[in-house]
Amino acid sequence: MVAFGQFLEVFISGLLAGVLYSLVALGFVLIFKASGVFNFAQGSMVLLAGLALVRSLDWLVAKGFPVWAAIIAGLLFAAVIMAITAFLVERYVLGPLVNQDGLILFMSTIGVTFMIEGAAQMLFGSDVYPLALFPNDAWFLFDKAFDGGILVSKIDVWGGVIAAVLVAGLALFFQRTKTGRALRAVADDHAAAQSVGIPLDWIWFVVWLVAGLVALVAATVWGTKLGVQFSITFLALKALPVLIIGGFTSVPGAIVGGLIVGAGEKLAEAYLGPFIGGGIEYWFAYVLALVVLLARPQGLFGERIIERI
Amino acid sequence: MLYRETGQFKTSYAADMAIFPIRQDRIALGALLIFAFVGVPALDAFQVWPFGGEYLIRAILIPFLILSLAAVGLNTLTGYCGQLSLGSGAFMAIGAYSAYKFGTGVRIPLEIFTIDIPPLPVFWCILLGGLMAAFVGILFGVPSLRIKGLYLAVATLAAQFFFDWLFIRVKWFTNYTSSGSVVAPDLTFFGLYVNKPIERYMLCLIFVTVFALMAKNLVRGNIGRQWMAIRDMDIAAELMGIRPLYAKLTAFAISSFMIGVAGALWAFIYLGAWEPLAFNIDRSFQILFMVIIGGLGSILGSFLGAAFILVLPILLDQVPHALGIAVSVETVSLLVFMVTGALICWLLIVEPHGFARLWSTGKEKLRFWPYPY
Amino acid sequence: MRAPSASDIAAGEILLSIENVSLSFGGVRAIRDVSFDIKKGEVRAIIGPNGAGKTSMLNVINGFYQPQHGRITFKGETRTKMRPYDAARGGIARTFQNVALFKGMSALDNIMAGRTLKMKRGFLWQILRVGPALTEEIEHRRRVEEIIDFLEIQAIRKVPVARLPYGLQKRVELGRALAMEPELLLLDEPMAGMNLEEKEDMSRFIIDVNDHFGTTIALIEHDMGVVMDLSDRVVVLDHGVKIADGTPDAVKANQDVIDAYLGVAH
Repeated sequence: MVAFGQFLEVFISGLLAGVLYSLVALGFVLIFKASGVFNFAQGSMVLLAGLALVRSLDWLVAKGFPVWAAIIAGLLFAAVIMAITAFLVERYVLGPLVNQDGLILFMSTIGVTFMIEGAAQMLFGSDVYPLALFPNDAWFLFDKAFDGGILVSKIDVWGGVIAAVLVAGLALFFQRTKTGRALRAVADDHAAAQSVGIPLDWIWFVVWLVAGLVALVAATVWGTKLGVQFSITFLALKALPVLIIGGFTSVPGAIVGGLIVGAGEKLAEAYLGPFIGGGIEYWFAYVLALVVLLARPQGLFGERIIERI
Repeated sequence: MLYRETGQFKTSYAADMAIFPIRQDRIALGALLIFAFVGVPALDAFQVWPFGGEYLIRAILIPFLILSLAAVGLNTLTGYCGQLSLGSGAFMAIGAYSAYKFGTGVRIPLEIFTIDIPPLPVFWCILLGGLMAAFVGILFGVPSLRIKGLYLAVATLAAQFFFDWLFIRVKWFTNYTSSGSVVAPDLTFFGLYVNKPIERYMLCLIFVTVFALMAKNLVRGNIGRQWMAIRDMDIAAELMGIRPLYAKLTAFAISSFMIGVAGALWAFIYLGAWEPLAFNIDRSFQILFMVIIGGLGSILGSFLGAAFILVLPILLDQVPHALGIAVSVETVSLLVFMVTGALICWLLIVEPHGFARLWSTGKEKLRFWPYPY
Repeated sequence: MRAPSASDIAAGEILLSIENVSLSFGGVRAIRDVSFDIKKGEVRAIIGPNGAGKTSMLNVINGFYQPQHGRITFKGETRTKMRPYDAARGGIARTFQNVALFKGMSALDNIMAGRTLKMKRGFLWQILRVGPALTEEIEHRRRVEEIIDFLEIQAIRKVPVARLPYGLQKRVELGRALAMEPELLLLDEPMAGMNLEEKEDMSRFIIDVNDHFGTTIALIEHDMGVVMDLSDRVVVLDHGVKIADGTPDAVKANQDVIDAYLGVAH
């Protein structure tokens, strides 16, 4: 039973960590669906949102504001920062690049990544800032059945709950609101959407804003877990294999991909790692993604590509 | 008025197909090569400004040459063949560690017998480093037949992370040194001991000149046309009898070979002693930026891009300094981030073919000057 | 050289024959049980309303689509499907409905790319670009220049094709196909979107290619005047089914064809 308990613990912590990858991957999917832009900057947006939040929070608390008010004001401030970013990116980078090849757009978002990383740290500082929005200790479940119980980190559970709320919220937004409907139309066909009077630049701004807010949510969770710091941008790199597995255009894919990657890499580390030298978490997700790609070049949930000429 | 091709008549296809069909270009390139091969050593020998001390050669020219080679390598793959790679750092690492292993002797005990290769001369180590990288490049190129565009770019990241890990964790590659850091063997080339910066510079210059010339020959020949055909319209290319397998794998092989040689040079000649961190994903991005900024699909652009990316941090450091503004080291590094990022976006918007295209547009204007057309 | 007359063609050997070919994508049946042949030296037109399966037919012939049923016999060799590389090697060249040139390359390089299959030197020679590799490059350049002269596009040979107007792009694309020295040339709407003068030019090139080089041509075209003037035999497709096959005059008089184009009162 000890062995099974251990397996369960690794598996559950992997799934929960996977949900957190999904939080980052969601931002990618939103932008890719609506504009065909593969947004490499999503990780840097998490950093920016996190820094804006934690720095304003610290400042307000130091000024003597009550904590609940500081949190609300901090979240609002960070949201405004994300809105400004969305506006600038849409207006000055992606607007002029409309109709360019996908690879050019991708490379431009690498440029955006560097700008955001530089600007964010210049504005808000580049140390490690602890954030304590959620409890960061652990539960021990089923300690009757297993010796010592199964360790489950509370922040990971919070992450799961938040991800679920977020996905539900996004689904409502896309299905029930006028803007959401316009977004889906744009995702299907830019030109057709424009011809029925949907303003493209407004839609793209909204998409980047929503992706920015998703980044903010991811930042609250990841910031509590790791502290807000530069290395949070590497999340973008972790989210890429999630996207590959889930497909670039599928929201459920991003979630399932995250779960697969999270559980897969934790299990691989625990059961394969000892034999080939530890630290395989570092590349396992990528190799998994590569294998999935070789089997299905469009990812598990991606739409099938029919080539024509 | 000087830059005119009027009166230069070409009487054979060979003349029209020369590397630089216009006489002024040939003269300019000749002058540049003479300066690089003769002028720089002479200026160094007499310590003429700005060659005083070793700073310029050691900290700018040598890295410039080596990274230019890596950029030329990546440009053949990404610029000419259209396959975006984010794994250049890994291929540099493969070149560096293979060269290191061949330089210190390879010993692989197997069941029946033991593979035992004695330490090889440095020159062959560097080339073998390139060959190993080419071999791995071909392996990672195979998926490119099924996986395209962005998906492929993510797949190349798999190479980056896997090799990062491999060289840190598998101690065999670092000859079991406790720190994981390794030291290059002595640089002896055909009996000549290369040690002074100017000597190292000459060595790099020879490698880079030869490989850049070879790359230029390839891209303007039949293979280069196959690469570009695959890049521009792979389906039409296939229907014309261009085999995607052959075109893509040769591009991966040639590109990885040059990047691998650049990695070996970087480790042996520039760094001397190094850790796996020297070839992490930041290196991959650095080389990619050189290619984008210099110009996708241009050999000249690779050099311009490398020069720019290397000089930018120095400029951002020195200019405020000269103006009397105190700027911290950290601010400079953040400024470099922002300016590089902004420049990439700006260039992609105004001129997706980078500095090289701006350069040729300038030349075009000059040919017709003072008339606009 | 003399153009083969109608009687020559009628007696001539069959270059390519399509037997009972069917092609479907998922539930959509693009081609249903179509058979026809192309004889050596003729100009064969494939016509039909939009969505009749004409382009799909060309895609089957040069191996881009692989049919679920049927056989293809090319130069005496029968197979169930073509592969793009084998088709190109066997001498089938192609132009495309929406110009599919290599946008980043000059007109000259585009046409030179058409010589790929004829160039033999490996890449070690090309790296050095001396001796055999250089001789080969020059030899092929000479052949390409002949094509450039033939198509009267000398002035634009070094211009990147993306900058050329549509009509010239079509011409460069024809040049690229000709550079392959094909035995069978497939032209997918070579005159779409052209004005009268450009159409006349293009018609002249097609006739010349057929006459001087003896190249067999299969073309898709919507301009009936052009089709009737150029082609020796016409096959008509409608909704993936062959509804007529014969000389232009016979096809013109066929009631099914008239119905397909004009619609039938039900």
